[in-house]
Amino acid sequence: MNWVETLRTSWFAIGSHKMRSALTVLGILIGIAAVILTVGLGLGTQKDVSSQISSLGSNLLIVSPGSSTSSSGVRGGFGTGSTLTQADAAALGSKVNAPDIKGVDAEKSSSLELTAGSANWTTTVVGVDPSYLGVRQRTLETGTFLTAQDVSDEASVIVLGSETAKELFGYTGVVGQSVTISSQTFQVVGVLAASGSNSTSNLDDTALVPMSTMASNLVGGSSANSVSTVYLEAANADALPAAYQEAKSLLLTRHGITSASDADFTISSQNALVSTATSVYKTLTILLTGIAALSLLVGGIGVMNIMLVSVSERTREIGLRKALGAPPGAIRNQFLVEAGTLGLTGGIIGAALGVVAALVLPGIIGSSIEVSGLAIGLSLVVAIGIGLVFGVYPATRAAKLAPIDALRTE
Amino acid sequence: MAETSPAPLVDGARTEPVIKLAAARKTYKTGSIEFEALRGVDLSIAEGEYVAVIGPSGSGKSTIMNILGCLDTLTTGEYLLAGENVEELDEVELAAVRNRRIGFVFQQFHLLPSLAAWRNVELPLVYAGVPKDERKARAIAALERVGLGDRVDNKPGQLSGGQQQRVAVARALVTEPTMILADEPTGNLDSHSTEEVLGLFDELHASGRTIVLITHEHDVAARSGRIVHVRDGLVQDENQGAAA
Repeated sequence: MNWVETLRTSWFAIGSHKMRSALTVLGILIGIAAVILTVGLGLGTQKDVSSQISSLGSNLLIVSPGSSTSSSGVRGGFGTGSTLTQADAAALGSKVNAPDIKGVDAEKSSSLELTAGSANWTTTVVGVDPSYLGVRQRTLETGTFLTAQDVSDEASVIVLGSETAKELFGYTGVVGQSVTISSQTFQVVGVLAASGSNSTSNLDDTALVPMSTMASNLVGGSSANSVSTVYLEAANADALPAAYQEAKSLLLTRHGITSASDADFTISSQNALVSTATSVYKTLTILLTGIAALSLLVGGIGVMNIMLVSVSERTREIGLRKALGAPPGAIRNQFLVEAGTLGLTGGIIGAALGVVAALVLPGIIGSSIEVSGLAIGLSLVVAIGIGLVFGVYPATRAAKLAPIDALRTE
Repeated sequence: MAETSPAPLVDGARTEPVIKLAAARKTYKTGSIEFEALRGVDLSIAEGEYVAVIGPSGSGKSTIMNILGCLDTLTTGEYLLAGENVEELDEVELAAVRNRRIGFVFQQFHLLPSLAAWRNVELPLVYAGVPKDERKARAIAALERVGLGDRVDNKPGQLSGGQQQRVAVARALVTEPTMILADEPTGNLDSHSTEEVLGLFDELHASGRTIVLITHEHDVAARSGRIVHVRDGLVQDENQGAAA
């Protein structure tokens, strides 16, 4: 019996039990669609997170005060110490000490209330250097940025994030307006272009003032000279490791620390952030895919169940076919093809459903789903494979039926 | 013996019998209980013969049917079918022998209810690897041969019992087998349909077919050329039937 005949016979058998076949296909279908969606969601989220982190600026090293790894004794937690100073930032900016560092942006941030007319809005006010735009890879939508002159004058000027401007004024063309912080009046000189938000902080809801103004007029006192973060821009991506080493040894020397493990600061890079986030989402994806794969397994067991029912229901047919000259192999193939066809049908419909859902869902849940051709191809192979694997036992049972016993079954 | 048989004569004698059982024994084992269904059966059937095997239930006639139909193998003894020692064949070869040599007609018809008459008839040709167009032509010719040329597209449910059995006979004929093996072919039929089917067997016999009919009804057996009585796993005696 050739394959065309086997296919025809199997199709006929599937078609003559439409309801049963449809329910069996449904099991596989749900499994395949679930796998495609979870894998796609995982990949999409990973990509989202990577691009969000990259939007912080490339070639970037982030120096934070405090240490996240405590080896011995008592140490201030990550980000809590005030061990980084403006002098540190200035030293890092020296071409002699750190030739691979192109730009330095020391920042000092505090959550403060801004008032404009009757509107008020609490946001992160950041004292920055004029190098901010270059280091953080931001652009202005309108106006000018803070200048070195502003810093030396401790000028009361401010650059607003686009969202902050909208919250206070309702629109972004607000250069020349004034806002009040802690009863001091600041003149708006520029508005940042929107950058998109990341998961930890909204880059568009912020207000920038000169570092000197921030230190002396807004958060004075003992911590006037400390900075909350220093952003370092390496000359290029290849220089990142060298810049890391230079910054580290320079800061260790300046702080009089001999052992690197006792450092009172932490330097992290974009890559480290990206890989941490990626590994978290990878784990999550594997977990979800595992659950989806379980549903696929259940679907496969459904195929086996239906095939066993089909074999016992058609015992007489099998006996007759054998009496008429069907070798065991032909009977086995017939049931295998039947199971494989159920699997493949479920796979095709499931993949189609998964792709449609991947197109529709992002608009609803807000995170992107990335469906690759490879994932679709693989899931089709898996679907047909599941049909075949779970069809082997019923098919073998059918092939082994003795024709006389099979014919006598009523 | 009816001289309508086209069997060739060689040196005035018939050729080797087309079916030969020699010292055939079959023992069934169920746990520790052994049951001897056949206890040394010798049986020769020549080409073109119409033989009825008759006996009460439990006599061993069903076992003879299974052995002759290559659905079961002997415990000891020899079965030659058209000169081929069937006892030496494996399962796949047995399937091929059934396909090529034997046309089955069963008491319960055993037609596939979802297939049209001609699809049922072409089934053995599918397993014989006959090309599609030839299969359909031969299936329809076989149905015409049994007088159902106008029923080729009907499904078994749309046919009477006698017509269904005639479809089954067409299916048995379509491969041009060495022997037509009928197991109680009239067991489920009323007297009119019985006459229809037995009349068909008479015609097939007249045109030179070898027919072996297993039955427990004497009036059915009487239509054959030779009646073989089986009792307690042995051939008791033989006598001529009406067709002789």
